[in-house]
Amino acid sequence: MIPRHFYIAVSVLLLAVLGMSLYAWHIRGRATGPLASLDTRPVVPPVAGPTEQVTLFVAYDDTGVLHAQPARIPLPSVRQQRAEELLRALLALYLDKSSPHPLPQGADVRSVYLVDPGLAVIDVNAAFADGHRSGVLSEELTVASLIQTLSANLPGILKVKILVEGKQRDTLAGHADLSGFFDVNAINQLTTQLQSTQ
Amino acid sequence: MPSTSSAGVPSALRSIAALFLIFLAALALSAAPAEKRLSVYSTAANYSLPIVQRQGRDYIGLLELLDPLGAVSAKSDPPRWRIHYNNILGDFTVGRSHARIQGRDTDLSAKFLMEKERGLVPLASLSSLLPRFLGGPATLHQESGRLFIGSIATHFTAAVSPDDPSHLVFRFTAPVNPSVATEPGKLHMTFAREPLTAPASPTLTFGSKIIPSAIYSESNGAAEITVTTTIPLIASFSPDGRTITVAPAKSQSAAATPGAAGTGAAGTGTATNSPATNGITPANTPATGAPASPAQNTQPAQSAAANSSLSVPRRYFAIVDASHGGNDRGEALSTTLAEKDVTVAFARRLREELENRGIPTLVLRDSDATISLDDRAFFANTTHAAVYVALHAASNGHGVRLYTAILPYTGEDDRGPFRSWTTAQQSSIPLSQAAAASVAAELKKQQVAVRTLTAPLRPLNNIVTAAIAVEVAPPASDLSQLASPDYQQQIAGAVAAGIANIRTQLGAAP
Repeated sequence: MIPRHFYIAVSVLLLAVLGMSLYAWHIRGRATGPLASLDTRPVVPPVAGPTEQVTLFVAYDDTGVLHAQPARIPLPSVRQQRAEELLRALLALYLDKSSPHPLPQGADVRSVYLVDPGLAVIDVNAAFADGHRSGVLSEELTVASLIQTLSANLPGILKVKILVEGKQRDTLAGHADLSGFFDVNAINQLTTQLQSTQ
Repeated sequence: MPSTSSAGVPSALRSIAALFLIFLAALALSAAPAEKRLSVYSTAANYSLPIVQRQGRDYIGLLELLDPLGAVSAKSDPPRWRIHYNNILGDFTVGRSHARIQGRDTDLSAKFLMEKERGLVPLASLSSLLPRFLGGPATLHQESGRLFIGSIATHFTAAVSPDDPSHLVFRFTAPVNPSVATEPGKLHMTFAREPLTAPASPTLTFGSKIIPSAIYSESNGAAEITVTTTIPLIASFSPDGRTITVAPAKSQSAAATPGAAGTGAAGTGTATNSPATNGITPANTPATGAPASPAQNTQPAQSAAANSSLSVPRRYFAIVDASHGGNDRGEALSTTLAEKDVTVAFARRLREELENRGIPTLVLRDSDATISLDDRAFFANTTHAAVYVALHAASNGHGVRLYTAILPYTGEDDRGPFRSWTTAQQSSIPLSQAAAASVAAELKKQQVAVRTLTAPLRPLNNIVTAAIAVEVAPPASDLSQLASPDYQQQIAGAVAAGIANIRTQLGAAP
């Protein structure tokens, strides 16, 4: 005859196994959801120090315009890092839930290189270009926003090249030509046009 | 008494027997079917291979097929046959209708065969088999024995010259070198080496009494264009090999000069000719869009460039370019509507509206063809049109946006009669802006919301004449309106009216 306490122990153990299984199933379901949409951007150390007043040129899809928008952001002293922080501040607006000009999830500026005399190279990641909305106006709003924000806050930039993952690409998403160097003066004039809905 | 041989057979009888044997042999040879061949077109090489018939099916040697495309080796270990293409391993077994490529099972549609260590695969299996080896698409035209590897293709347009309906002008997206043959009522151009692909409809009609139609067909590894005619025709080739003009034999002969770059075949008898043409993709475009027009193609290109100040007859006043096409779908406007489809429909309406106003117009993409931006600019420049209109469609915003070019920052200068390719638009920008302003005014009259902007949008900067881009967005939030005939007609009418209003100014430009 099997003792009664043995039955009780086996029953408790079975219940524990069942409970653990249910809990594991629950945890697994929670874990798989957010993993798929993890932000793959490299972790950038936060910039500390005093904030500075800058002007961001922010695109608005609903009206198709570019607005000059003042902002206070912490900026490092090194010019190249300042350029990167400026564009990351701009991208933070575009990646926000209430973005006026949504960019694809994971879009980022990998680096900005400032080369004398007057050349800036903006290297964006693949997610930025691959998932970008297609269309002449949509794409030129992005291009003008990046270049005008950079040139308005960092004087001396004459021409800008945009790379994707360090390589030249023909267009951003089928329209805006990325094969050449952007003339900052021409983008400045375009920005003026884009600040009006007419 | 008849002479006899040593065997006792009369020599006359022997002669008759010999003649009979020769006749039988000739009969057998003439009855033998022409060898079937597969023409392969790729960026690496264009080549042709024999197709063999086994068990009632077409087969091809896989090793021979892959050899020109990369490093390939095969090892036979009956019944198995292994092939290495670059780093891809294919494992085949004689008699089995499946193969393993890089460990993945692939259907061959029929049994794999091996003959003297030569692996034969069914022709029909190439569409599914080759992408596994090559990592890219392969399109097989099985009936005609033509295989396109990657997105390689040469497209063409054909139109009767508005100035002279007896001239039919073919324009190709790449240099071509067909053999030409004529027979009463027809002129045949056979493209054995070029990856020529079919137009939207295989039968092209031109509304000309002299040249009523042309038919595109494919067979035994070649494409053929047959031009039907009521009079003897001659084909002449432009120096760059991208334009063929078919015209009555007399007028062409009179126009031809000794040493012509490429005058094609002749009169009513059967004749063939392969003109020597060179494929030159220009890095620069001549100052007035210089390569000679088809009617003047007996002038060397350099001479034409040097004489760029000479007036060139204008066949089309306007070039309408339906942007995107083929592999490039443009923006996915909705789950069912692609930008490339809207632009081509809109282009046809715009052509109609322009021609209703007496403006000869060429639609640059009139089918679902992939045409590079360089080719679009090249076509536009070589037709000497007065205005180039690129059409786009977008889902965001509403109304119409008109664009002129933003030129890239460049240190390049024009060289002599040649202009920098990237800034070819430079001197035409004021004219382009005038065209955009005229079109905008007409759109406003139609109560259509319109914006005029500049844009870094190719190929506007490569065009040597007035060039604008028209981006059409829906009138309100309803995207389906983009495909609405009424809406397209309204926009096309206004754009055509805007161009017609400035016609004199545009036409006065060199």
